Amino acid sequence: MNNRIDQKFKELRKKKRKAFIAFITAGDPSLKITEELVVAFEKTGVDIVELGVPFSDPLADGPTIQASSLRALHRHVNLFRILDTVKRIRQRSQMPIALMTYYNPVFHYGEEKFIVQAKQCGVDGLIIPDLPPEEGGALIKSARAQDMATVFFLAPTTTPQRMRYIAQASSGFIYYVSLTGVTGARRQLSFTIKKQVDMARQLTKKPVCVGFGVSTPFQVKAMAQIADGVIVGSAIVNEIEKNRGHKRLVQNVSRFVARLSAAVSIRMTKGF
Amino acid sequence: MSLPDRNGHFGKFGGKYVPETLMAPLGELEKVFRAALRDPSFKKELDYHLREYAGRPTPLYEAKRLSKHLKTLNVYFKREDLLHTGAHKINNTLGQGLLAKRMHKTRIIAETGAGQHGVATATVSALMGLECVIYMGAEDVKRQALNVYRMNLLGAKVIPVTSGSRTLKDAMNEAIRDWVTNVRDTFYIIGSVAGPHPYPWMVREFQAVIGREARRQFLAKAKALPDYLTACVGGGSNAMGLFHAFFRDKRVKMIGVEAAGLGLNTDSHSATLEKGEVGILHGSKSVLLETKDGQIKIAHSIAAGLDYPGVGPEHAYYKKIKRAEYVSVTDKEALDGLKLLSKTEGIIPALESAHAIIYLEKLAKKVRRKSTVIVCLSGRGDKDMATIKELI
Repeated sequence: MNNRIDQKFKELRKKKRKAFIAFITAGDPSLKITEELVVAFEKTGVDIVELGVPFSDPLADGPTIQASSLRALHRHVNLFRILDTVKRIRQRSQMPIALMTYYNPVFHYGEEKFIVQAKQCGVDGLIIPDLPPEEGGALIKSARAQDMATVFFLAPTTTPQRMRYIAQASSGFIYYVSLTGVTGARRQLSFTIKKQVDMARQLTKKPVCVGFGVSTPFQVKAMAQIADGVIVGSAIVNEIEKNRGHKRLVQNVSRFVARLSAAVSIRMTKGF
Repeated sequence: MSLPDRNGHFGKFGGKYVPETLMAPLGELEKVFRAALRDPSFKKELDYHLREYAGRPTPLYEAKRLSKHLKTLNVYFKREDLLHTGAHKINNTLGQGLLAKRMHKTRIIAETGAGQHGVATATVSALMGLECVIYMGAEDVKRQALNVYRMNLLGAKVIPVTSGSRTLKDAMNEAIRDWVTNVRDTFYIIGSVAGPHPYPWMVREFQAVIGREARRQFLAKAKALPDYLTACVGGGSNAMGLFHAFFRDKRVKMIGVEAAGLGLNTDSHSATLEKGEVGILHGSKSVLLETKDGQIKIAHSIAAGLDYPGVGPEHAYYKKIKRAEYVSVTDKEALDGLKLLSKTEGIIPALESAHAIIYLEKLAKKVRRKSTVIVCLSGRGDKDMATIKELI
């Protein structure tokens, strides 16, 4: 097993630590800055990077990532150029990288061809929010052959039978969607998450990570108590946008991310 | 074998490509719809509303003056334009509205392009006392101000969508985002034979009344089946509604007419089946207009109801198995179609339907002998007066 995501979770489990997963949109504000950010994230306590592939119709995303996606598309970012960026990153960093992409760009590229090339460039996993495992048979098969992780989602509406099925189809980790809704920062997260994440973790030994709506160190801390990892997206994308054009963008965003990632290892005295 | 299959596939098309949050609700909707189909009381209630409220059955009208003009064709119009709210959309919104009631949902959402589906949804929501929110591209809100006014009058809240291309496709994205967020109390009424399973199947079943009536009416009048069926295709609900009942009548040829916009060689058209590629949009696998990177292109048509870069998966399937043929006509030709029907028959059609009408001139030249054709006159032209005034 040489998948960087699997290795990372193995390592974290040994240290009894939780994963901090950072999402950024590839190519916003530029692919060069994306590369610099991923490399810099290694020193900020980020365990896994989710690279967002921009899409014209991101129907699972809220306004922050929609806008970010659109900015990247205006710069003609596409799958081919993103793979090239991952290849560059690999010359400088062994950070586990999962691509978060809508299904159509991958389908259009050719699933098998894409997975083979992505693996060669150093991608470790795929997260496709509009591809449930029911429709993903061919993709899962190609991914298994390349030791590419396929991360599927659990949601608050997922039935217990489906939970088992999704856990089986997933590899790398399982993405638990904290709320019924689209991506984007929320002031408050639901208190029922714990029960559902517990249920998922009883069904599978695979790591369960919580994302959607998580944006503050306090929320990261709370989620880290109940899951194997925490995913933050829109808050980081926002911070990048705030620093657009700034010559210290990478340093400023890294500092912001370090504050979030530090929260995964803070022990909570009281239960969530 | 009847399609779609258990997983919502029409051959390789269709399916459910949605965020996980929607998987269970779609399964629940499918279950409720399946049960409703078997429940005589549901059918009775729907039939009652279609008859007493919407005005079914609609006439199958023999257009003698138009036929004389075309020489080789004997044209019959299925008059969906005479329905309440002025288009076939009400067939579907009544059906889904009744399902929403069955599921005890208190809030209705829908996307709309031209506003016809929005008006039909707002109408049914008012009828059933349900809260209603309509997503409409900001561009379309400007182009179809009259329909926005109608929806407001019916008590619906119209939300202009400013993301992406600000048209129907973006309105649908936004409606799906709303549904993901409010899925527990909200029913999403999709207006076409598109979207994730069970929608393409469900909308077809609610629109299939068009073809069932037309088949019966035509048999009674002509003692035979028609040679051709034709209808305009955007998402494809009126066309599928007409075609479906004739699926097994192998000698009846079906022709769907898409919008060629400014021309098939430009980037401004909506001829998805002629120029598109297989892809995934809005929850199903079908054919769509996309760039070399797999990004969705912006469609164009003078008829806002055809202005969509995708098409219902069952049409993609009909094309693949060659059960139907798909052609296209330009904006300019569609305007000629509108004028032609207005002057020969005293019927002002919707710009969408005008695409199917003007295609008759091409078909008339192709047929070898005198032939009969049923055209779905899917909507009336009142809504288009502002657009047409600027152009004619």
